[in-house]
Amino acid sequence: MEEEHQDREQPEIVRCSEPQSHCSPDDTDSLKAAATITLDNTSPAEQGCGTEDPPPCKLDALQEISSTNGPSEPEPEPEPEPEPQPQPQPQGPGGEGPLEASSDQGKVGAGEENGPSEPEGPAVEDDQPENASDSASTDNTLEDSSEFVVTVLARGSLEDQGEGPSSELSEASSPAQAPAPSHRDEDVTAESWRRHRKHVFVLSEAGKPIYSRYGNEEALSSTMGVMMALVSFVQSGDNTIRSIYSGEHGTDEHTVVFMQQGPLVLVSVSCSRQSEQQLRSELLYVYNQIVSMLTQASINRIFERKKNYDLRRLLAGSEKILDGLLNLVDSDPSFLLSAVHCLPLASSLRDSLSQILQKAITPNLVFSILIAKNQLLTIVQEKTVIEDARLEPADLHLLLNLIGASSAFQAGEIWTPICLPLFNPDCYFYAYISYLDPPDCTVCLLLLSTDKEAFYAVADCKRKIDEGMRTQNALRAIAKAQSYSASQVGVSDLRHFMYKPFDVPDNHRQLTQFTSPEMEAPYSSEEERTRLLDLYRYMHSRIHSNSRPLKLIYHVAERETLLAWVTSKFELYTCFSPLVTKASAINAITKLLRWIKKEEDRLFIRNPPKYSTTPNPSKSSRGGKGGPDRQDTTDNGFLSLL
Amino acid sequence: MALRELKVCLLGDTGVGKSSIVWRFVEDSFDPNINPTIGASFMTKTVQYQNELHKFLIWDTAGQERFRALAPMYYRGSAAAIIVYDITKEESFQTLKNWVKELRQHGPPNIVVAIAGNKCDLSDAREVSEKDAKDYADSIHAIFVEASAKNAININEVFIAISQRIPVVDCGGGAAGKGFKLRRQPSETRRTCC
Repeated sequence: MEEEHQDREQPEIVRCSEPQSHCSPDDTDSLKAAATITLDNTSPAEQGCGTEDPPPCKLDALQEISSTNGPSEPEPEPEPEPEPQPQPQPQGPGGEGPLEASSDQGKVGAGEENGPSEPEGPAVEDDQPENASDSASTDNTLEDSSEFVVTVLARGSLEDQGEGPSSELSEASSPAQAPAPSHRDEDVTAESWRRHRKHVFVLSEAGKPIYSRYGNEEALSSTMGVMMALVSFVQSGDNTIRSIYSGEHGTDEHTVVFMQQGPLVLVSVSCSRQSEQQLRSELLYVYNQIVSMLTQASINRIFERKKNYDLRRLLAGSEKILDGLLNLVDSDPSFLLSAVHCLPLASSLRDSLSQILQKAITPNLVFSILIAKNQLLTIVQEKTVIEDARLEPADLHLLLNLIGASSAFQAGEIWTPICLPLFNPDCYFYAYISYLDPPDCTVCLLLLSTDKEAFYAVADCKRKIDEGMRTQNALRAIAKAQSYSASQVGVSDLRHFMYKPFDVPDNHRQLTQFTSPEMEAPYSSEEERTRLLDLYRYMHSRIHSNSRPLKLIYHVAERETLLAWVTSKFELYTCFSPLVTKASAINAITKLLRWIKKEEDRLFIRNPPKYSTTPNPSKSSRGGKGGPDRQDTTDNGFLSLL
Repeated sequence: MALRELKVCLLGDTGVGKSSIVWRFVEDSFDPNINPTIGASFMTKTVQYQNELHKFLIWDTAGQERFRALAPMYYRGSAAAIIVYDITKEESFQTLKNWVKELRQHGPPNIVVAIAGNKCDLSDAREVSEKDAKDYADSIHAIFVEASAKNAININEVFIAISQRIPVVDCGGGAAGKGFKLRRQPSETRRTCC
């Protein structure tokens, strides 16, 4: 077990990579001077770095395009049509720190499996010919865009004026805290726009804007054009741009992460100091949320047919879902841990809820999910499906976000196609969504079927569930359920923790979960919460560093002490008051683990129940609906899915 | 009293106020900041019409383009379709005409069509003249109203008009018959909805 002690905050992360790319201020007349685009081979050869911190990007320097440092200068060969020209920083020399970009050979970043297996006719039509309205409105001229890239890449240098060279994690979080109500209307030339902590852009390969977290995409079309230019510039050298690091160390670091997924390009511009890996996984969530609405197959098909298609037509009205996702990603550690948070519930109550769900089934029903307060209560799944594929936490996160992001579900019963990208990126499920406690709308039922026409049958299941809940008075019991406080653990210095077990009892196909108490004082303000989450993210990035993964980190921060520990059985992040000693922290963790063990039936869904809607019901199924309508199940839905 | 189930679907461009109309009809409330419908939302309301109870099974569809291809699922088997446009958006009236065409081609043969020009409280910003819309509606024998979900104008009336036009149970044709005699219906004649 590797252990390390670190007294300082994390500035080394960046420091390590810095010396490699210091460019002198007067080099700023072109990208060549300002940026080091490093192409690395992903193989994270262990860095011989003096510090304990891995550099943010590994400079395997296979090739360097126009760099100030690094030996080899192989032909920056094709100067492709959209020459980026990202301009000297107008702020004058010296203001801008080094920019480094790493990319890698081949499409590693974009590859990420997701091979477009050929479509299973998704229901959404992609290209409606009658809609000639597909505007040429956003013609992305690359020419006038240079100023924007400066905006984006160098926006740090403007920002840093306010901030001292403090290297505290928390600093990064402060500027862009309060989310303005109407991001769409933001003035993208305004200083406040630049100050957002994390921007996310989605564009098509043709450079057409698809989504921007802040501001109107239309207004950003030239910015996005430049982004695309960067991507294709590097691409033309048979390479893939992965990231750009900018900013003076300790003051205003920005990380720009690029990810290509099929015909879409996603870009994150962040000063949150998250690792590239983390930002990349967030972009993947964004991509998957888009896929969940359209399916990968249809996105690919659309762009095969028409390269400059304006995908916003199909996403119109769904911006809120993406906005919601990004807010959730920033505030909910589920995404960081890739695990599902379930609401603590007496196991007897959870079991009886599961039974209620299990009894209300119909052919082609695949998942029955009960959600309260945006956390999972229970999930029941079709047996045959779950034997062959599992519901990934990420898919569930997307569903939870969908439900949380729109109040549209609070009226009536919703029937909508939805794709679970990790389950199958090319097919739709049909989701029945309805709240069980109408005026309050806290307990939500989600039933996923593979049969488009099954609404009435599925709605019937809901009535049975309603009835079951009523007879057991379950809603009232659910209403009482709540998260717990760290103080309940009974360890004095423990403020907060996140525990994700790997040792699932049933089988490895179980849903990955984690448990975590409420964030309480001193983390009751949103600002403090973000600060704690940032610390966790930092610990997480160290633990999961590509080049130098760690098993245990004891980290003394300014206002708290953290200990992160990963074993073959669990991953644990704990936060203690600052004065705790190492010995007592270890001791506390032992107690914590014991407490979790004792409480695990309440904290986790231990044995997710299954049902069978197929003709030969096995022991675990006790279909409320015997008889004829069980027959025709196998042919229809999931065979095509599996 | 006999109960009839009438499946009604709402069609129309995004943002014209389909959900608001349904919300007004079912709950008699109005939310100016309503979220775009996702997929389709199903609601029911039972009203008395003469000596029958009409239970409206309402499919409030999403107007967004990505859900366009799902529409047949909702209008199939419908007794009536309310196609909504926004009187302040000419474009939404064009979309309406496309919906009419689609219903003619693929919809149930006897479907009762109602055209509702919503947001008539915003007549200052009007882009579609009432007369043009009315003429168009007449030309296709559709019910026509200008309505306001916000001010509860002509909302119930649309549904009443639909009740009036719905043919007597188990009859084959004559969709447009008005003012027919209603008989007491035996309960097994409930229409199924899909």
